[in-house]
Amino acid sequence: MFRIFRLIAPAAVAIAVVACSGSNQSKSPQPASPAAAPDARKVDEGTAGSISGKVVVEGTVPQNAPIQMSSDPACEAENKGGAAQETYVASDGGLQNVFVYIKDGLGNKYLFDTPTDPVKIDQKGCHYVPHVLGVRVGQPLQVVNADSTMHNVHGLPKANQEFNFSQPVPMTSTVTFTTKEVMIPFKCDVHSWMHSYIGVLDHPYFAVTASGGKFDLRTVPAGTYTVEAWHEKLGTQTQNVTLGEKENKEITFTFKASPAATQ
Amino acid sequence: MTLHRYAKLVTVFTVLLIAAGGMVTSTGSGLSVPDWPTTYGWNMFTFPLSKWVGGIRYEHTHRLIASTVGFLTIILAVWTWRVEPRRWVRTLGFLCLGAVILQGVLGGLTVLLLLPPPVSIGHAGLAQIFFCLTLTLAVVTSPGWRAAGSPESPVVTPDEVLRRLAAFTTAAVYTQIILGATMRHTNAGMAIPTFPLAFGHLVPPVWTPQIAIHYAHRIGAIVVTLAILATAGRVFYLHGSRRELVRPSVLLLAFLCSQVTLGAFVVLTAMAPVVNTAHVVNGALVLGTALVLALRVYRFSGSQVPGFSGSQVLGFSGSAGSAGSAGSPGSTGSGDSADSPGSPVRGFNQAQARP
Repeated sequence: MFRIFRLIAPAAVAIAVVACSGSNQSKSPQPASPAAAPDARKVDEGTAGSISGKVVVEGTVPQNAPIQMSSDPACEAENKGGAAQETYVASDGGLQNVFVYIKDGLGNKYLFDTPTDPVKIDQKGCHYVPHVLGVRVGQPLQVVNADSTMHNVHGLPKANQEFNFSQPVPMTSTVTFTTKEVMIPFKCDVHSWMHSYIGVLDHPYFAVTASGGKFDLRTVPAGTYTVEAWHEKLGTQTQNVTLGEKENKEITFTFKASPAATQ
Repeated sequence: MTLHRYAKLVTVFTVLLIAAGGMVTSTGSGLSVPDWPTTYGWNMFTFPLSKWVGGIRYEHTHRLIASTVGFLTIILAVWTWRVEPRRWVRTLGFLCLGAVILQGVLGGLTVLLLLPPPVSIGHAGLAQIFFCLTLTLAVVTSPGWRAAGSPESPVVTPDEVLRRLAAFTTAAVYTQIILGATMRHTNAGMAIPTFPLAFGHLVPPVWTPQIAIHYAHRIGAIVVTLAILATAGRVFYLHGSRRELVRPSVLLLAFLCSQVTLGAFVVLTAMAPVVNTAHVVNGALVLGTALVLALRVYRFSGSQVPGFSGSQVLGFSGSAGSAGSAGSPGSTGSGDSADSPGSPVRGFNQAQARP
């Protein structure tokens, strides 16, 4: 028997030590500045233009799946009229919750200050608000639990560090990301319907489409860019845009709703 | 209560624990409680019932059942150590304890490390090993097992082919379970969304790692099915009057049928949590039944005893009835035949052994 103890005890202790040391939550530790060329400069706002436009959806937009919240009475109480996923939010032919950003073309010619003002995402009524948002590399992202119930916040990045932390009471936690990444899914494992998507970029040229599918990228320096529109179900579309000094360019992205698409 | 009955109780709790663990994975609740061993900062045992919501219900219930099984296993190990004369059975009791401790640590690790597939698969695989250990302890402490080693027990001829088949079947089922666990923990459960064909073909026309894992599990199901059919077929054909072998064989076939059906419904229901979990639990029952059959084949088909020719064995005849009823009630036995090579044995020839 003691021989067995001698075998088991050190192994159990070793594993326990590893277990206790492995719990670091993942708020990405070091905000990093995007690598810039030696002659990189700030964008001259006097000569900058803008890229604006609309994301439209053709075809019949699928119904969002209803959410069954009976597993948490607190969530159910906050959504007495019923709740549905926010995958497809369309109005006036435009599609909301599309992340539009300059994917390519800026190179490392420009210097951008990292904003210190935090971006905020709420957990409200057992939904993430907003459903899609953007944040800069190194910029604080405040994750707020405004609910009376418990949430866990589980980020599933690929380029950044995965994390999972608890918010048992109304509280705020802060997360930062070290690497650009489009998109990072957030989920709550307590409430399986709660999903959100965060775009992390090393420049300020991004937007999430609002009502009517409209977006606006301002103070963009003259140049040729690849602009991408990302939707959680309909995928991505890109367009090449050449922008002159002080020019305002209008572009339209058109997604086609698949008849087979669900939720 | 006897040690044998208590070991059976622990085995039943272990099946319950496997079911609870299956629900955690099937509902995607593995990270709904980010901390361990605490639960949202509370002591696990004082976590308020009102906060068991959403995925927390599954994860926290799993942790509490696991703690219960851990506690029961401590008692099992100590009880076995105190009352069991056979040294290897005492060792088995502490192996159970070591396995359940390691299993608890693996469970905590997989939460803290955010469900890395190797750790999660290891957790699932060790769960089945722990189940097999408690089940083995229950089997070897049964009156029938002990009686099989007594001088009064009838003798049958060892069936080497059946022994190898039964052992292979048990190993094949375990391997298949590991493949299934790999599929579950690498999100490959719906990699092939059609059944019985794969994208309309016998062999998938496209390959990804997930499709390969999923397809391997389906091929594994065929291998396991053939192994079980071969084992059970041999039992029915050559040992049809030996209830201690026939009964687990029948059970094994029943569990096999339900397992294949459940596997199909896992795909057809797009991994409905209850169906998925039933598939996991039934898989454990297939493994457990295969193990019991293998243990009985080895035990009741006789052991080679020094001083006797190959056809002379200790064992158990079909006419003696089930394993549980065959032993003399008062017989405690000082050990298995292998533990007491000098114990008197009776030699029977093959004709006597056959029904």
